[in-house]
Amino acid sequence: MSFPLLTATAALPAIGAIVTAAVPAAQRTVAKWVALFFSLGTLVLAGVVFARFEPGGDRYQLTESRAWIADFGVRYELGVDGIGVALIGLTALLIPFVIAAGWHDADPLETKSSRWRPTQGFFALILMVEAMVVLSFLATDVFLFYILFEAMLIPMYFLIGGFGDRAHAGSDENAAKQRSYAAVKFLLYNLAGGLIMLAAVIGLYVVAGTFSLSEIVEARANGTLEMATSTERWLFLGFFFAFAIKAPLWPLHTWLPNAMGEATAPVAVLITAIVDKVGTFAMLRFCLGLFPEASKWATPVVIALALVSIVYGALLAVGQRDIKRLIAYASISHFGFIILGIFAMTSQGQSGATLYMVNHGISTAALLLVAGFLITRRGSRLIADYGGVQKVAPVLAGTFLIGGLATLSLPGLAPFVSEFLVLVGTFSAYPVAGIIATSGIVLAAIYVLVLYQRTMTGPVNEAVRTMPDLKARELVVAVPLIALLLFLGVFPKPLTEVVNPAVEHTMSDVQKKDPQPEVEAAK
Amino acid sequence: MENLIALLVAAPLLGAAVLLCGGRRLDRAGHWLGTVLAAASFVVGVVLFADMLGKGAEDRALHQHLFSWIPVEGFQADIAFQLDQLSMTFVLLITGVGTLIHIYSIGYMEHDERRRRFFGYLNLFLAAMLILVIADNYLLLYVGWEGVGLASYLLIGFWQHKPSAASAAKKAFLVNRVGDMGLSIAIMLMFTTFGTFAFGPVLESTGETSEGKLTAIGLMLLLAACGKSAQVPLQSWLGDAMEGPTPVSALIHAATMVTAGVYLIVRSGAIFNGAPDAQLVVAIVGAVTLIFGAIVGCAKDDIKKALAGSTMSQIGYMILAAGLGPIGYIFAIMHLVTHGFFKAGLFLGAGSVMHGMNDEVDMRKYGGLRKYMPVTFITFGLGYLAIIGFPGLSGFFSKDKIIEAAFAKGGTEGWILGSVALLGAAITAFYMTRVMLMTFFGEKRWQPDAEGHEPHPHESPKSMTIPMIVLAVGSVFAGGFFAIGDRFVNWLEPVTGYEHGHSPLSVATVTGATVVALVIGVGIAWAMYGRKPVPVLAPRGSLLTRAARRDLLQDDFNHVVLVRGGEHLTRSLVYVDHSLVDGVVNGTAASVGGLSGRLRKLQNGYARSYAVSMFGGAAVVIAATLLMRAV
Repeated sequence: MSFPLLTATAALPAIGAIVTAAVPAAQRTVAKWVALFFSLGTLVLAGVVFARFEPGGDRYQLTESRAWIADFGVRYELGVDGIGVALIGLTALLIPFVIAAGWHDADPLETKSSRWRPTQGFFALILMVEAMVVLSFLATDVFLFYILFEAMLIPMYFLIGGFGDRAHAGSDENAAKQRSYAAVKFLLYNLAGGLIMLAAVIGLYVVAGTFSLSEIVEARANGTLEMATSTERWLFLGFFFAFAIKAPLWPLHTWLPNAMGEATAPVAVLITAIVDKVGTFAMLRFCLGLFPEASKWATPVVIALALVSIVYGALLAVGQRDIKRLIAYASISHFGFIILGIFAMTSQGQSGATLYMVNHGISTAALLLVAGFLITRRGSRLIADYGGVQKVAPVLAGTFLIGGLATLSLPGLAPFVSEFLVLVGTFSAYPVAGIIATSGIVLAAIYVLVLYQRTMTGPVNEAVRTMPDLKARELVVAVPLIALLLFLGVFPKPLTEVVNPAVEHTMSDVQKKDPQPEVEAAK
Repeated sequence: MENLIALLVAAPLLGAAVLLCGGRRLDRAGHWLGTVLAAASFVVGVVLFADMLGKGAEDRALHQHLFSWIPVEGFQADIAFQLDQLSMTFVLLITGVGTLIHIYSIGYMEHDERRRRFFGYLNLFLAAMLILVIADNYLLLYVGWEGVGLASYLLIGFWQHKPSAASAAKKAFLVNRVGDMGLSIAIMLMFTTFGTFAFGPVLESTGETSEGKLTAIGLMLLLAACGKSAQVPLQSWLGDAMEGPTPVSALIHAATMVTAGVYLIVRSGAIFNGAPDAQLVVAIVGAVTLIFGAIVGCAKDDIKKALAGSTMSQIGYMILAAGLGPIGYIFAIMHLVTHGFFKAGLFLGAGSVMHGMNDEVDMRKYGGLRKYMPVTFITFGLGYLAIIGFPGLSGFFSKDKIIEAAFAKGGTEGWILGSVALLGAAITAFYMTRVMLMTFFGEKRWQPDAEGHEPHPHESPKSMTIPMIVLAVGSVFAGGFFAIGDRFVNWLEPVTGYEHGHSPLSVATVTGATVVALVIGVGIAWAMYGRKPVPVLAPRGSLLTRAARRDLLQDDFNHVVLVRGGEHLTRSLVYVDHSLVDGVVNGTAASVGGLSGRLRKLQNGYARSYAVSMFGGAAVVIAATLLMRAV
């Protein structure tokens, strides 16, 4: 058997987590560097996966398969398709930035007992999340995926509840209360989804007799596995509910603003840019792949909910007074676009949705991490506490603006490509939905530019007069992300190349063909 | 030769990148770098132009395919350029006027500590505007379209420590985004109709689809044009955009960017030709805006805002012409070019006046400036004569052609559009004479400011006056040069098509009527502002005047309905999200928890009961925990 590259890619951050956690309490800086080192190593391995992946080859590549729980037919099965490659790349890419941005977020405020080691814990938990997320993108066994889907909640719970944003209004005690409310809400919402999914996972096993994704898809395609319409629909709903909570889709979104508001900015990035992507990824892979008919049956409702998410999330973002909650609602709007693209079931919509997952990850990371630098400086998350930052910290303001412009999908930056693909893909199948979704481009401009105007322009707020501009470590975080947004905005081909074949597979899973243009002018 | 096309964009793009990322080291030389790169782009444009002139009319279009941009199944978007006569006209206008304004800005922005950044933004604008006009497909055009919007946003808000500038910048971007929605939808419609959005295939196959589709696409393109070109009902941002430094107003908000809507419509001529209804709406929007802008221009005391009203009105002429179809396309572009000269010149003149008057913009505090700034007076005066259509000057030729074409549309529509265009000519003569008289004639009306500094009006430095002189020369001669021997018509006809319109009135009658309108307008203005002294404090004015000062109340309408309404909507949604959605979801979880026991008894399948009880348990935990936390 050849070198298990996929296992190694997922295992490296897990090993990193253990090593980081084992660094002695006093050696905080060592722990940080160890964590960064392991995250960079994972990035290298992800790069190797990307390089080894052949876009024209098999659907799942670099596959591994081992017996695991033989009694239940659960196998440790891994494989990567184009969508998985893109998302592993995103995850491995963002984690080093998350670590670098959160460099000081878990420094102990005052020296407590020598056994107190929050820094080690913080970075170990981040790497643990990375390991689980990467493995969940690789798992081709439904049960294995389920385990990871649930297990990643635990480190996330501690990251939200244990390491809150130090910039908060009111007393420390009150802040701790809100933080733990946010963490518990995050956990319970996701747990509820997970439990329903568990029922569906077991139901699927009862019907199919296996947990192997590729076996089930194949059996469904060649007709050896038939499902009653109602069974398929119930199972679909079980899976979809869990993914809709994680994604999050309106009206199951309310945990996200709490979680993102209370967590530190890097952890908020971890939530919205990385962990939530497991939800939309799983919709593509499991909902559409396993239950194509039920997916088509549910499409009108899902599209309607996605449209509500787009418009509602954007309007709520406009109404926020807290910078991080604003970005959280913006993300809800963006997840609406992703889900819309997935369920439009056209090549452009699906490719767009996959690119959207990657681009949203990068753009939100850029905006949110710079927002984090801003918030740390001023010690407040409230928009009203800023003003005129552009004058005192022009580089910070500039990077913030570019992150914002990416969020509003300015052409030339990566998110435009994906958003336009989603819009076109939706419009060609559902014109009215496409037009409604287009209103998102106006609303996004409102919340981004109002945020920029209130924080960065106008007379200098007294409290920010001495605010320093971005430091070297912060530039190392912001500049590469911005460069990547520009690069993928102009030259998204490296991504579309790996994504396109996977989209074709999904399109054939759901047995859909793109609507043909009225006039064949292009040919 | 076609490999040079990308260089047009590359030069200013490089400038923008270097100037914006370069840091303070470049402060001393940055403006020179920006200017040289703008000029380099102009030189490349001239070389390409010379090459184009050497070829036959049908072989002039050049193509350059750089790379495949978004390769996705069934979807083809390329980074590819097309340089034909129409694009070439714009390239020369953009880089030519652009270079002059770079030179002007060296002097104008001399004392601004962020001058390097200003030149970076100007270069960024040039690059985006060039992409807009040389793109060979609508999606790449969209990149330029929003790129100029971004540059406009950054430059309007250049002095962003002023809240009014920051607000104006945001407003411009937002209103434009409404237009961009139109462009997005138009492109999506093209994709579903033609399977592509490249100019060639789309514009060649318009005959194969229904008129309804073409009308829809046309109206969406018009929406886009309304946003970018400040046409009613999306005109409200242009007046506020005058918060930007004056060279920006000259380049972006007069000569080039705001005319992009005209380019879009003329470029898409084949679509509009197949959609007469959409075409008529275009003409009506143009006619309404040309009167709307002119009325606003009459009432403003701020010299830049008066000129902004005028820009709106003049672009109204162009849109009107573009709405006339093949009898008007070429004249729309011709007026666009001559307007580029004289309006840029007028704005630079206004900037020169402000430069000498401590940045005062209120014309009621000017007066008699001709003695203090002779060069500004003469160049501004020539621009003035050009815009009012003084016989023999640029505006005379280009505007006259549009009025003729409007009558030639035929039928009642033709009479109405033609009369409106004539009326517009009279109002133009009125408000521009008003600006001229209030600024350069009469007695001096300026007073010491609050700190006791009295302005000392003086002529501007050479770096500013030379661009003004060059533009004045263009304002005088360009129109005649284009019109004589139908040079401009012959140049553009292979791209836009041309039909000679047959006006019910003879050419001489139309020209005569235009001159009469001009004389009436000038006469009334002279009676009001030349014969008697101008009061320093604005009189209360008639109802119309007061409304016109407030942009005919359209802004107030927007504010009450959209801004206030939007604020109420978002505020109530924030409440709904917190109380209702969150509450209902948490509550449902709780009640399902209570039901699970009964459900289990009903359906005792192993897997089901296992799942339901787990879910129920979880729901109870959720509910309990959330309740505990909430209390």
